[in-house]
Amino acid sequence: MTKSFFIDTTVCTACRGCQVACKQWHDLPAEATVNTGSYQNPADLSFSTYKLVKMNETVINNKLNWLFFPDQCRHCIDAPCLETAFDPNAIYQDAATGAILYTAKTKGLDADAIIGSCPYNIPRKGPDGSISKCDMCNDRVHNGKKPACVETCPTGTMNFGDREEMMALAQKRLKTIQKKYPKAMLLNPGDVNVIYLTAHDPALYAEYAVASTELKNMSRGVAIRKMMGPFARLMKV
Amino acid sequence: MTNHWIDIKNSNCILIMGSNAAENHPISFKYVTQAMENGAKLISVDPRFTRTSSKADIYAALRSGTDIAFLGGMIKYILDNDLYNKEYTAAYTNAPFIVGKDFSFKDGLFSGYKGAEEGSGPSLGSYDKSKWAFEMDENGVPKMDRSLTHERSVFKLMKAHYKRYDLDKVSSVTGTPKEDLLEVYKTYAASGARGKAGTIMYAMGWTQHTVGTQIIRTMAMIQLLLGNMGVAGGGVNALRGESNVQGSTDHCLLWHIWPGYLKTPKASNTSLDVYNTKWTPKSNDPLSANWWQNYPKYSVSLLKSFFGENATAANEFGYNWLPKVDDDKAYSWFDLFDAMYKEEINGFFAWGQNPACSGSNAGKIRKSLEKLDWMVNVNLFDNETGSFWQGPGVDPSKVKTEVFMLPASVSVEKEGSITNSGRWMQWRYQGPKPMGNSRPDGDIIMHLGHLIKEEYKKDGKFADPIKNLKWDYETAGVYDPHKAAKEINGYFIQDTEIKGTVYKKGTLVPSFAFLQADGSTSSGNWLYCNSYTEKGNMSARRSQKDAVNNIGLYPEFAWCWPVNRRIIYNRASVDPKGQPWDEKNWVVRFEGEVKDGKYVTNKWTGDVPDGGWYPLENPDGTKRTDAKSPFIMRKHGYGQIFGPGLADGPFPEHYEPLECPVEKNYFSSQMINPTAVVYSTKDDQHATCDPRFPFVGTTYRVTEHWQTGLMTRPQEWLMELQPNVFVEMSEELAKLRGIENGERVKVSSARASLDCIAVVTKRFKPFKIGYATVHQVGIPWHYGWRWPATGKEESANLLTPPAGDPNTRIPETKAFMVNVTKL
Repeated sequence: MTKSFFIDTTVCTACRGCQVACKQWHDLPAEATVNTGSYQNPADLSFSTYKLVKMNETVINNKLNWLFFPDQCRHCIDAPCLETAFDPNAIYQDAATGAILYTAKTKGLDADAIIGSCPYNIPRKGPDGSISKCDMCNDRVHNGKKPACVETCPTGTMNFGDREEMMALAQKRLKTIQKKYPKAMLLNPGDVNVIYLTAHDPALYAEYAVASTELKNMSRGVAIRKMMGPFARLMKV
Repeated sequence: MTNHWIDIKNSNCILIMGSNAAENHPISFKYVTQAMENGAKLISVDPRFTRTSSKADIYAALRSGTDIAFLGGMIKYILDNDLYNKEYTAAYTNAPFIVGKDFSFKDGLFSGYKGAEEGSGPSLGSYDKSKWAFEMDENGVPKMDRSLTHERSVFKLMKAHYKRYDLDKVSSVTGTPKEDLLEVYKTYAASGARGKAGTIMYAMGWTQHTVGTQIIRTMAMIQLLLGNMGVAGGGVNALRGESNVQGSTDHCLLWHIWPGYLKTPKASNTSLDVYNTKWTPKSNDPLSANWWQNYPKYSVSLLKSFFGENATAANEFGYNWLPKVDDDKAYSWFDLFDAMYKEEINGFFAWGQNPACSGSNAGKIRKSLEKLDWMVNVNLFDNETGSFWQGPGVDPSKVKTEVFMLPASVSVEKEGSITNSGRWMQWRYQGPKPMGNSRPDGDIIMHLGHLIKEEYKKDGKFADPIKNLKWDYETAGVYDPHKAAKEINGYFIQDTEIKGTVYKKGTLVPSFAFLQADGSTSSGNWLYCNSYTEKGNMSARRSQKDAVNNIGLYPEFAWCWPVNRRIIYNRASVDPKGQPWDEKNWVVRFEGEVKDGKYVTNKWTGDVPDGGWYPLENPDGTKRTDAKSPFIMRKHGYGQIFGPGLADGPFPEHYEPLECPVEKNYFSSQMINPTAVVYSTKDDQHATCDPRFPFVGTTYRVTEHWQTGLMTRPQEWLMELQPNVFVEMSEELAKLRGIENGERVKVSSARASLDCIAVVTKRFKPFKIGYATVHQVGIPWHYGWRWPATGKEESANLLTPPAGDPNTRIPETKAFMVNVTKL
């Protein structure tokens, strides 16, 4: 059975333990940042930042909210980046876990097309032209451990397990949260293996919290493959 | 903490005020979240909307330094609306006590006040506390009126005192809108219902004021009125600022105490007998356990631990080898650096600290270091303290101080214990071996002790204390943490028979109930007696089995003082018949057999009870004479709503901070705490209601850094998250000053100025104080010039004021006045 994250933003305190744990496990270099007038730092995801807690101050119903959104790759069930790449040596899905994985061979891909194909604006191009993003800590998962970000989370925001179990947890939490926040919702739960729960309109949390309907730079070939859906993968073999 | 971290999950209402737990104690939010999932309400009261506030059901803003006004208003609300727990208040607190006729309170001053003479020292004045004494009956027991109606009962005096704290006045002082005050009061006061519990999580946001101790006392009074002391999910819970602050305080980090909160002897305590008599409280109430009556057992056992065989009854167990402090002098952090500044101290060990960044008015501290002959910096890395001689504005060629650096090992490289905020002593094994030539603190101090002893063998004034000091905590020449831990627990020094059992010489003492005042036992800290016994190292236990009441006590995980009692004052969690107020989350309960309406056997279950005496009443309601009142550490056995022991008065009263934005105190003509300590060298400037410094300033921490940043600023992943010192301000203030979000600005106080990044945010809002608009800003204090390499990220403590609390001398770094301007 494939794996899923359930990310309950309603209990996230933006301690950013997940953000640091990700860098630590993947041994990613720190970026030279400056405070630009916000706690959110780095300003955006990058080739060496796979996980970023986005922070937004918003007034909703005359009440100030500080919304936190630990952003990362959604590990889509049918991943547009994978389909766009159409090269299993560069981007493939681990059948056991469902993780969408990028290899060094992404260097040979059209990075802009891959990035443009992502409805959540996640992958980032490195100086050598290769592309990176969250890998679900697939090495940890295959060794019976949870992803580093999940292991470090103190509040239960970050959850990880079999997809059915995570989906059940997400539905249960949604019901509870909706009692207080009727507009609470799960974000694209049927399409992704990283299921977010938000209390408010997801657009208030992050621009691409829910899938963008407008896929930039999607080539005609990809569009056709997308339309053909599962057949495309069959043809690829 | 009277309770402990896990216990937060049992609460029905969590007030986070004077702390920012989500950011500075992030793991606590595991339990806060669990409580909320079970329906608990979370209230965040803070001048600034924080990451804690973002999770709260209710957020209320208040101006820094007005917490007593805020909480005094809550006391009034509870009393006016009859929301206090009457049975608890009448039975377990000193609310029924009758206060003597000499007590009075008039226009901000209690009776017995005497202002200090000009130039006599930092203290502004003091009280003759005998004016606040209780009336005693013919047996020397406090007179009481359990109906709480006597006009001089504590209850009535409290009611009169807080009558002045009405919503209008409180709101005009705190700047909190009235409807927010009411919502907080109403929600928190609901925890006074039987079976409900409210808890407070506070930290340096409360302690670091000239009225810090009294803020905490105000909350303690609320907790007593609501019956929240001793119960699961209740208590008064200090979130300590470092993983082992609790442990270091227990073992007398502070100047005024010996290990286990025994008193540092004063010059007037001329003999051991005088000392023990002076500090051993006496109660004539047969129902008072008055636990401190055991004081001499603990002090003598401590002296036996210090001096071993050299401590004998003939030499008063070495009592006079120990230094005595002058009766009216303080030796706190503030006073030590003041003395250093005045060249009265010429050598200094800076051990595991960074005063050049951590101390209030850090500029004065940096100057003080220049006046030393020598300084030894014991730390993981060089820091702003060790390198003060090459700091900003310092000419190294003009500094005479000789500085030595002793590299210490980091905690994970050492074996030993830490004691967390919840009083849990937890043993830790060594991870990696120490790097390079760094050494564990234990090794450094043992080695140093041997060298000093050698020197004193040759020569030295008053060599007896050093020569006679027992100094044997090594195995094969290396510091042995197990030997230190056993010494702290204590040994039988000779074969001793207690209640028919003979304990052989050299046996570890099972618990402090076995300690003796005749020199037959030793204990380095009576509170820790029971932690390392013949059964083994209790703090190394890791069982995850919960206790019978299933409330998360985990009694066999680590060890907790005293005697593994996880919730102190827990006998207040039951009614006078010994049955829990809260049937669901009960802490202890009495299960003795009943015959003819009377208890005939003695049995408690649950947590380790606060003394195993019978309950105060039998099931038929008759009073027992063999019972004890639950607050066993208090002389009379009662929780103190009236607190006659503090320097600044028995009831907390609002005073303005030393530096404040208002021309007058709305509560009295006493502007600031009349007993506050204020330092006055030319490097101790302050300015109040001064148009040059129109905005309230405060300091705080962020989750991404730790203390002065010594361990986090060199850590690139953390610097990536919080790279610069910043000043947070409202959009309104930014507009007023023409400041853009993210630009570098200057923040200045009467002491210094500091360049910071402006963080313009909706999370700060201007306050309406009286008729005026008051702006507040805040700055994290984790930075210093030594790192990052730009040298431009400096300490916020350059700005903070030279004043502190009269009881603790903790500085007022949470409320002072600043200006903010464009660069």
